[in-house]
Amino acid sequence: MNQPSPPPSKLPVSLTANPRLSSWLKFSTQGQVTVSPGKVEIGQGIVTALAQIAADELDIDLSRVQMVRASTAVSPNEGVTSGSLSVQQSGRALRHACAEVRQIFLQLASERLGVGIEALDVDDGTISGPGNVTTSYWELADEVSLDRDATPDVKPKLATHRALAGTSVQRVDIPDKVFGRPRFIHDWALPEMLHGRVLRPDKARAKLVGLKDEGARAIAGLVAVVRDGSFAGVVSETEHGAEIALQALRKGAVWTDGEPLPDENDLAAFLKAQPTETTVIDKRAASPSGAKTRTIRRQYIRPYIAHASIAPSCAMAQWNGDRVRVWTHSQGVYLLRADLALVLKLPAENITVEHLEGAGCYGHNAADDVALDAVLLARAAGGRPVRVQWSREGEMSDAPFGAAMAIEIEADLDAEGEIIDWRHSIWSNGHAARPGRAAQPALLAGYELEKPFPRMISTNPPQANGGGGDRNAIPLYDFPSWQIESHRLTTMPIRTSALRTLGAQGNVFAIESLLDEIAAGRGEDPVAFRLRHLGDERAKDVIRAAAKRAGWKPEKQPGIGYGIALARYKNTGAYCAVVAEIEGAEEIMVRKLTLAVDVGEAINPDGVINQIEGGAIQATSWVLKERVRFDRQRITSTNWTEYPILRFNEVPDVEVEVLQRPETDPVGAGEAAHGPVTAAIANAVFDALGVRVRQLPITRDSLIAAMESAS
Amino acid sequence: MPSVRFRLNGVETEIDADPDRSLLDILRGQLGMTGPHFGCGAGECGACNVVIGDRAVTACDTPLWSVADKDITTIEGLGSPEHPHPLQRAFIAEQALQCGYCVSGILMSAAALLKRNAAPTTREVKEALDGNLCRCGSHNRMVRAVLRAANEMATG
Repeated sequence: MNQPSPPPSKLPVSLTANPRLSSWLKFSTQGQVTVSPGKVEIGQGIVTALAQIAADELDIDLSRVQMVRASTAVSPNEGVTSGSLSVQQSGRALRHACAEVRQIFLQLASERLGVGIEALDVDDGTISGPGNVTTSYWELADEVSLDRDATPDVKPKLATHRALAGTSVQRVDIPDKVFGRPRFIHDWALPEMLHGRVLRPDKARAKLVGLKDEGARAIAGLVAVVRDGSFAGVVSETEHGAEIALQALRKGAVWTDGEPLPDENDLAAFLKAQPTETTVIDKRAASPSGAKTRTIRRQYIRPYIAHASIAPSCAMAQWNGDRVRVWTHSQGVYLLRADLALVLKLPAENITVEHLEGAGCYGHNAADDVALDAVLLARAAGGRPVRVQWSREGEMSDAPFGAAMAIEIEADLDAEGEIIDWRHSIWSNGHAARPGRAAQPALLAGYELEKPFPRMISTNPPQANGGGGDRNAIPLYDFPSWQIESHRLTTMPIRTSALRTLGAQGNVFAIESLLDEIAAGRGEDPVAFRLRHLGDERAKDVIRAAAKRAGWKPEKQPGIGYGIALARYKNTGAYCAVVAEIEGAEEIMVRKLTLAVDVGEAINPDGVINQIEGGAIQATSWVLKERVRFDRQRITSTNWTEYPILRFNEVPDVEVEVLQRPETDPVGAGEAAHGPVTAAIANAVFDALGVRVRQLPITRDSLIAAMESAS
Repeated sequence: MPSVRFRLNGVETEIDADPDRSLLDILRGQLGMTGPHFGCGAGECGACNVVIGDRAVTACDTPLWSVADKDITTIEGLGSPEHPHPLQRAFIAEQALQCGYCVSGILMSAAALLKRNAAPTTREVKEALDGNLCRCGSHNRMVRAVLRAANEMATG
């Protein structure tokens, strides 16, 4: 009888795409290892976690690891830094590459020292064997060529043999930031640098039909006024000069009326009235275990949400003949390069895109747009670099938003109030319109040129990649049958693209709210109800851990409410359960969030806690405050007064428990908390006030509306 | 062009510029001091905070003329890697940031608080930082870091 052959070993995905070992690692004879990942630091601490992984696998001190910023000139192409995949993709690739490189060095050392590989040991890069024979990575560095491809059969260390993974080392980028040293792209100055500003209309998608530029040209320091169709901007010797010139240019601009925006007070009606592309995301059929006695049907609404980075987007660009160099805080240097090549009609090789850190972006904000702005303005700069920074108003109105969603769930219940069928439908624009993925560019200025590119309509990644509007729409629970449908809008009057969690926040809010309602209808404790409907022990463990830590369920006090919710991000990533404690009457105050999370192996546990804590607080802000405002002509929430976010006085206490699973592959933590925090707060509001709020944000107005519709 | 004189991080400084321009503009532009960050230009986010006297102010909407003869401290003057301010040490110890763009302004608000009140309560720290926005959700760590610094300064 034939023995089944073992499955072929596979390289991690990023290493398959970029197998050349030297693209990941370089050794110097001076005792340093340069590590060059394709993922970028966006405030999530990834650079530190990756340095930990490399140091661990190579058996060197962390201080010997130098992390290189991603650049299309030198880095492996790892696509986009998003989706909480950096530890998963870059970390796994790096771990494998380092394990293989370590073997290559040991092989050479074994030959040099005349000692078998298995007798060799590595300590901080020094390779030693029996009889005090030693060499080191640094001694051998010049003799080892890493210009070779990774092979699948190398086995990284066992988790128990790792020294740094699982420990909370301090992040490498933090000292610069607390000493105010230039680290952000905003703080870089290139020699001979000029400053640019771009003119954009107040009214949505208005076209520039007239431009008098005498006023701008009269401003001291002006270098150029640039116009190409509806794209216009100024270049000046100074930033102040560019600002003043832009004000003057604005006075000389004549715009069309633009295109109408939806009614922001009836988002569900708007979303449901648009042409859509409908996809059945998942279907489960079983013969009903009981007879249907009633159906409950609920609609949940999430508004458009702004990324609202604390820094306006910024980029620099410099032309040299038909080649251009770009500095950006984009999440994907190769993807941005691909779109720049489309707009400029240049081969990608003529464009170099380098990453510099920006402020947290939380998804696809204006980072890529401003890079094209800088490239277009720099064409008029005679080979000098041009730095462009958006205004606060621009950042809040011209960048893509997280898509608004209307979610309808119908649940069929039997006589005991148990769920026998579940139908979940989503109406939303697509949640992704990132650059570099289509035959047309996704960059704002590309739509404004004299010969414009068509506006990209956002799409959704397939469910196999986590889905978009349908992310987390498939229940984790054991309902006997369900159907999940996504209706993606094929019109897009308000520009949307990836915002942290994509559709998961809305879907988890809807599912976990309705579950809570059904449990309450049965008179069953919501923790017990969930545990009873879950098969996955890891999911149950985080619920139990959060419930235990929060003392579920504390004794009822007037005006105080507790709510619980659960999700596994993308149904394949991090598990997160949350208990929310709120205080409320007319306004809701979130007092405390208690979270339990399982990310598999937590490489840097404090980094995981930091991400979960941050996600929980940001989600609280989304839930209590955030909603992009607009009238029928323009976005009106263009500053922090019109688009308030959570303040220090309003921030809840947050406790995070990390359930360590060192033998399980690590997954990201950045987006795990948003969905469950949203639903836990809504469920706590019901516990406190007896009213179900199904429209976000939960404000005084939405509370009153919910009370009125309930009565 | 009229000139405006002030002390910047302990150094006598004289600037020839339109006195109506913002202090942030002058700091980041002519003086090349990029620690204070531009966030909104309207005094709403605190990313540009500096300390004038014993108060944190938003440099983006502070006109240059108003700082004549004043003592101004920016993040660059708060401490250095060799001689860190206790707040800077504490922010590193607590890993009290994510992206860190807001942190230079927040450190200045905290520094002004500790000048006025050496032993603040949690509530007082939150009040003092309430004019600063943080989008990453690092608030609680920052509050802990300020309390830690205060404690360290008290116990010397």
